[in-house]
Amino acid sequence: MNLKTFSLILLSICGLTQVFAQNFEQKMSQGQIRGNFQFDMQYYREDSIIGAQQPNEQVLSNGFLNLVYTNGNFTTGFRYESYQNALLGFPEGYRGNGITYRFATYQKEKLTVTAGNFYEQFGNGLSFRAYEERGLGYDNAMDGIRIKYELMDGVTLTGITGKQRLFFDFGEGIVRGFDASVSLNSLVPKLKENKTKIIFGGSAVSKYQPDQDSRYILPENVSTVAGRVNVNRGKVNINAEYAFKSNDPSSDNGFIYRSGEAMFLQTSYSQKGFGLVLAAKRNDNMSFRSDRNEAQQNLLINFLPALTKQHTYNLLATLYPYATQLNGEIAFQADLIYKFKKGSLLGGKRGMDIQMNYSTANNIDTTSLNDENTLRQGYSSDFFKIGEVYFKDFNFQINKKFSKKVKGRFTYANLVYNQEIIEGKPGVPNVYANIGIADVTYKFTTRKSLRTETQILFTDQDQGDWATLLLEYSYSPHWFIAIMDQYNYGNKDSEKQVHYYNVSAGYNNKGNRISMSYGRQRAGIFCVGGVCRVVPASNGLYLSVTSSF
Amino acid sequence: MKNSINKLLFFISLLSSVSLIAQEGSNTVPAVNVQKLDGSAFSTGDLENDGSPIIINFWATWCSPCKRELNNIAEMYEEWQDETGVKIVAISIDDARNMAKVAPYVNGKAWEYEVYIDPNGDFKRALGVNNVPHTFLVDSKGSIVWQHNSYSEGDEYELFELVQKLANGESIED
Repeated sequence: MNLKTFSLILLSICGLTQVFAQNFEQKMSQGQIRGNFQFDMQYYREDSIIGAQQPNEQVLSNGFLNLVYTNGNFTTGFRYESYQNALLGFPEGYRGNGITYRFATYQKEKLTVTAGNFYEQFGNGLSFRAYEERGLGYDNAMDGIRIKYELMDGVTLTGITGKQRLFFDFGEGIVRGFDASVSLNSLVPKLKENKTKIIFGGSAVSKYQPDQDSRYILPENVSTVAGRVNVNRGKVNINAEYAFKSNDPSSDNGFIYRSGEAMFLQTSYSQKGFGLVLAAKRNDNMSFRSDRNEAQQNLLINFLPALTKQHTYNLLATLYPYATQLNGEIAFQADLIYKFKKGSLLGGKRGMDIQMNYSTANNIDTTSLNDENTLRQGYSSDFFKIGEVYFKDFNFQINKKFSKKVKGRFTYANLVYNQEIIEGKPGVPNVYANIGIADVTYKFTTRKSLRTETQILFTDQDQGDWATLLLEYSYSPHWFIAIMDQYNYGNKDSEKQVHYYNVSAGYNNKGNRISMSYGRQRAGIFCVGGVCRVVPASNGLYLSVTSSF
Repeated sequence: MKNSINKLLFFISLLSSVSLIAQEGSNTVPAVNVQKLDGSAFSTGDLENDGSPIIINFWATWCSPCKRELNNIAEMYEEWQDETGVKIVAISIDDARNMAKVAPYVNGKAWEYEVYIDPNGDFKRALGVNNVPHTFLVDSKGSIVWQHNSYSEGDEYELFELVQKLANGESIED
């Protein structure tokens, strides 16, 4: 090719590109971009008193950027993640940088198609739930295809296929699923105005993973089917789901060939000033992963929600929190909220409300079949019998406004915590703890206020008694500063009677937030949305930047 | 192959962000399916308030600052509505673990807000929400004009000042 031809080709390409780019730009500018960014960095110091170690890197960081572009019926987006290396306590599989999530979706009349990564949930998630908890490093996003079709008014069909994310890779197994959701009131014209709203649904999900095991002949295809119904009539709501899983030998269940099942029931009644929830669940051998050899939170296909209250105060939330035991569990919960009217005897001039909650989680009843060398069914179980206690929590909370300037929230909780099972520590006794918390806010002006948390936890087991004091001063709408001390004053080992002090400050502006903290962080269990992660003790400087746009 | 798709997508996004800066794009509330408290589906594209401002607030039953914010506003909500016609849409991001507690909590606290549940974070992702509480302000034309992440005691006064401006037809800068 001579120079002239080459120049011509180059020129025409440039010209075409320009024309294309102009149209493209015009079209693109009709759309919108949204997203968010987060960066967390910690400098670690050695602190032998609390057992905090300095990693070789000294400084560790996590960061990500999400970008979603929408234009009419078309949406595309990606997430870039960076771990240099991951903060302590984060799953170690997160190392390095990369685009871990990218997708394109379009909607054409009643059809919606997604290619690439997606999150999805069937019913309550007993058969399938792909979701993320970025703060915990939990992400089992699917990579594949999703098709949604609104067959008729009130009838939605969803089909999915793909592989699940595992850190910067994918699980070996292929996941396929189908879900149908039917709103009876939309489907049947006669019921349109009926006060009773009924929605039912069903799903089937299966996974394929080749059998390369030398010990057993394993099922390469394992499936779960689930059915659900939601009935609502004014103040009353009932939500029930049942799921059944075919035999699925895995490292979770010790490679037994028993089938699995899960049942989930939540009922509620509420009216102005009063709310009540009664819930029950039972799951038996219902861990469902796209790799039978995986553990922890990796490659879970389904979601088995815990039926315990999700606490927020740190001694309650991070010392003894509960997460569902996948192999077997029976749980019950009752939750009540009541608001005393202003001017009533207990309500006083400014009103008052109380919340009470009781929950219990036990193992299912199991009788070993001793059939390791024959059928390997593992155990038999009486559906209605209850096994050893895993967790119990009785708590109540009072919210009261004393004056224009002072309000308080007072909490009492009594916990029973089976540390041996929940934390996998053999031979340790159950923890029995009583906790009291006073959360008092004082407003100096409408924008300046001081919030204090005084927390105390009594127990004879584990690390003994704890106390926490938190002072948080905020100057709305931009600034806050807080100091906190957690003191393990009741530890039987006097060397471990340590203060965990921490100072933090932050600045907020619209969608941006920058915060810093310095001090000790107690080893504990950090939970968001029912998933928990163990965080080691640390000492150092922490910086966090978040932004939404 | 994977890499080249990544690069292409990256390129498209980069290009569109450049063009977005060059020209002001639309900024409406994305249409995503969420759940009503009776379990039925609702498209967020159908959110409207007869030309008055809308506050969209993401919260959860397990989020203390979220509940403080919405409880504080609840005491003034009637006055806010009388003065500006504003409507609050509270989007709970509770999942199956706590979803059943949303309606009892909302009714128990006697909130008068319009409440929906976003159990798998679809609406949350579409709006670029990272943590709760996260608040958006939508003007009379349906454009998102302001947002705020987190809550400190007293933030509701800034929010209401902005709502008043919007109700008076003044513009607020994002």
